[in-house]
Amino acid sequence: MERVLSIIFIYILVENFVLHRFFGICPFLGVSRKMETAVGMSMAVVFVMTMATLVTWLLYSFVLIPYNLEYLQIVTFILVIASLVQLVEITLRKISPTLYQGLGIFLPLITTNCAIMAVALLAVREEFTLVEAVVFGVAASLGFSLALILMAGIRERLEMAKLPEALEGSAITLITAGILSLAFLGFSGMLSL
Amino acid sequence: MQIVHAIAALGLIALFFGLFLSVAARYFAVETDPRVEAIKEIVPGANCGACGYAGCANFAEAVVRGEIQPGGCIPGGEETAKAIAEELGMEVVESEPVVATVFCIGDKNKAVDSFIYDGVKDCAVADKFNGGFKACTYGCLGLGNCERVCPFDAIEMGSHGLPVVDEELCTGCGLCVGACPRVLIKTLPRRSEQGHLVLCSSQDRGKSVSKVCSVGCIACRACVKACPQEAIEMDGKLAVIDLNKCNDCGKCVPVCPPGTIYPRNAMPKESNQENEAVEKTAVSGESG
Repeated sequence: MERVLSIIFIYILVENFVLHRFFGICPFLGVSRKMETAVGMSMAVVFVMTMATLVTWLLYSFVLIPYNLEYLQIVTFILVIASLVQLVEITLRKISPTLYQGLGIFLPLITTNCAIMAVALLAVREEFTLVEAVVFGVAASLGFSLALILMAGIRERLEMAKLPEALEGSAITLITAGILSLAFLGFSGMLSL
Repeated sequence: MQIVHAIAALGLIALFFGLFLSVAARYFAVETDPRVEAIKEIVPGANCGACGYAGCANFAEAVVRGEIQPGGCIPGGEETAKAIAEELGMEVVESEPVVATVFCIGDKNKAVDSFIYDGVKDCAVADKFNGGFKACTYGCLGLGNCERVCPFDAIEMGSHGLPVVDEELCTGCGLCVGACPRVLIKTLPRRSEQGHLVLCSSQDRGKSVSKVCSVGCIACRACVKACPQEAIEMDGKLAVIDLNKCNDCGKCVPVCPPGTIYPRNAMPKESNQENEAVEKTAVSGESG
């Protein structure tokens, strides 16, 4: 139980996937312009990451290891993640066409979000149990969501702020991301497994 | 043996996900009307929103539902309307092509500012701030909301601080009309750009106008009297020319003391006369 709790806190705050490990920077910068799309993206990533960790863990433990096929893990994991993203896309198109349009190209690009592949690979490498792996997936995706939503909130305010012309656009976005990352550095070393 | 296992394992996993996805696709299928797809191909696809819908796809759906006429796509013009009508088996209701026209020529050199504005570069914001930095409360603030909203790059802010409409690029979509907080842009029928216009929107009294702008309509009624066609009428404190009556005789141009009237085929582009602005001291008392 203690281990599960520390996994949650470590991967949301201490080793935040975006701000500490620098995974998933592309959607972090791409969809953080508006709060609405940021929240939508976060939900999609939470779903994909959790499901991906669950399915890849099961496949790795019950298919790849018994047949000595560990070297196929990346290929298998990509297959799982791509299918899950497709599922999200099909579902979202039906349920919320507005969000589907808002996310645009970033929705299919979750497939190539390295944070998701990283979660799948790390869950196996850290030798987590099934429960721990799923919790790890949820925590990592919540960490991603936290970073994304924080960023969206800041960027919505920056939109109305008066900036030096040279800093407008992506320049100030990258600076903001850097400062956020520095702020999260303050959590480092507070907890470890 | 190893390779067989590898192929079988990956193949089975892929097959399983494939089947699962195809079931999901069937279950969550989004039905689209083929006519909507066809119309999406026809319309320009600029997603300008001039039709009143969020984008071309929404317009296509609305046309199919019968909510809007095929001519509702203003940038598409007649050709698009005809093509859509053909697709739906309807008759076209023709709409007249229009062009955006800016009703203010009080540029930096001709109209004075009442204070220095250093806020957000947005006309709507500047307009709300203490009545706008321009001494004339009707005149163009020149921060380019119309330029930014134009999906066809037909509006450019001139170096004199006023928007210049490129009549060839303008499709008459009317987005700029709604974007201007001071409603200085109107869409007028093209009709080979005939007629004269009073390029001012000020409803102030003549004396107040001449204090803040050297080219504003001072409501002297000289043009009303000079027009043989009786095409000019006063709308409050502003002379307005009825384009349907105007025959381009040009008699109103020389009688206008501030020179606010221009023929439509020779609209002022950019001013080259400097320092024509009236004395700044004249308004310093009002700015507070």
